[in-house]
Amino acid sequence: MKWKVLLIGLTVLFLSLFLLVPLAAILVEALRKGAGAYVRALLDPDAMVAIRLTLLCASIAVVASVIFGICAAWAVTRFRFPGKSLLLTFIDLPFAVSPVVAGLLMVLVFGGQGWLGPLHLGVLFATPGIILATIFVSFPFVARELIPLMQEQGTEEEEAALLLGASGWQTFMRITLPKIKWGLLYGVILCSARAMGEFGAVSVVSGHIRGRTNTIPLHVEILYNEYNFVAAFAVASLLALLALATLGAKALLEWKLRRDAAAAQREAGA
Amino acid sequence: MARSNKNATIIPGFGLTLGVTVVWLSALVLVPLVLLFVRTSALSWPKFVEIVTDERAVASYKLTLGCALVAASLNAVMGSIIAWTLVRVEFPGRRLLDAVVDLPFALPTAVSGIALTAVYSRNGWIGQALGFPVAFTPLGIMVALTFIGLPFVVRTLQPAIEDLDPGVEEAAGILGASRMQTFLRVIAPALLPSLITGFALAFSRALGEYGSVIFISGNMPLRTEITPLLIVTKLEQFDYAGATALGAVQLTASFLMLFSINLVQWWTARKTGVR
Repeated sequence: MKWKVLLIGLTVLFLSLFLLVPLAAILVEALRKGAGAYVRALLDPDAMVAIRLTLLCASIAVVASVIFGICAAWAVTRFRFPGKSLLLTFIDLPFAVSPVVAGLLMVLVFGGQGWLGPLHLGVLFATPGIILATIFVSFPFVARELIPLMQEQGTEEEEAALLLGASGWQTFMRITLPKIKWGLLYGVILCSARAMGEFGAVSVVSGHIRGRTNTIPLHVEILYNEYNFVAAFAVASLLALLALATLGAKALLEWKLRRDAAAAQREAGA
Repeated sequence: MARSNKNATIIPGFGLTLGVTVVWLSALVLVPLVLLFVRTSALSWPKFVEIVTDERAVASYKLTLGCALVAASLNAVMGSIIAWTLVRVEFPGRRLLDAVVDLPFALPTAVSGIALTAVYSRNGWIGQALGFPVAFTPLGIMVALTFIGLPFVVRTLQPAIEDLDPGVEEAAGILGASRMQTFLRVIAPALLPSLITGFALAFSRALGEYGSVIFISGNMPLRTEITPLLIVTKLEQFDYAGATALGAVQLTASFLMLFSINLVQWWTARKTGVR
């Protein structure tokens, strides 16, 4: 009994000091000067531009992650080929690389002295660069959710559909997609959360042009460095709410998956 | 289980899906990475050595490695306690705390950075109570890196703890083992591989972390300047050679960590015979 109290106490204390108190601080700091200042910070034209740019980048990054994720998961889980584990390592690589290095890579490819620099594509310090950096840091999320899921599900149902005369596309849409939809949704949630919140990589390629190439996290940084703390925390609270929504969605999905698994087990037992 | 028939399969789409995957990874990841090393090798060797052994660079390596090591160690200890509590102890609010553990994954790093700074600065809620400065010292960097690394340890350990059979612990107890012996001989060996993996993941993430650190660290050259920040500073001064060389160092560290993590997992899989 004493052990339990000690364990619970330590857990609550540590999670409070490092996670809960900072989370609460965001909301308190944001509302320090009242609801008026809070709303003004969000409706500021530069903030609106940042929100729009972030949503644009995140939606493109999610589409990219879904396309890549489905292709990669299909190739990796349905076929045998040499170099598969190397391929899997490469899929994970963006998570192992520092976001700053990710930004640096974009600069090396597209920068003035970069590899494609002489083409003057206008990628760096503009929206395309921000989109590319966002894709780089967030594209593996869907693949990482789908690969273990599709590995576990196997290929028997797909094979049956194909033998019964379904086309490859029909098989995917009618058999595979319904089986992986929740994993896919989970990957999309994680991908969009990361895409909207990415700071390091985007910071390197954006050029920080206020009202032009600032995403929400970069806007937070600028406001904070100008000692405009209330506005900085107000805009940051948007991202914090987004993070809480992500955690909520994750908990909900896990609960649903557990329930489905339990139901399947009951069915198998009956 | 997947039961693919050696190489023969009737499932279509191999060329298309593998093609998209390989082209994508090459264009977005492989080519830029190779370019980074090509650019680095274009520097003369003495120049490269001069950049990466510069006083400011070496100070940043020591700081980054030291803080990451402290943070990952603290996470290994506290993460084990938290993971154990969340799996084995029933108490009201457990589900909620379990969900909160993922907060550092979900919260954008810049937001974490300003929130931690607000709380741990001299007149912040916790900073006030502590009586010694945390923000704008190496201690602040450790706080940020602990925050960012905690879920790695907890989430790696949780499934391993769930897999432990309480019956085995009971058996050890019945056979006369003390609590300490049960822990050291039965529980610890079973959890060690996951703990090492979690520690390595947290450490690796801490080495490259940028957003949550730069607000709380104060960024004084030689004292509280982490390596990723030094890379950004060099880029902002259009010192591309310097940024590239330090980027290569940073990337090599990431690769070494990735390699070690794979090694640990391979070793575990071989020892337990599953995969």
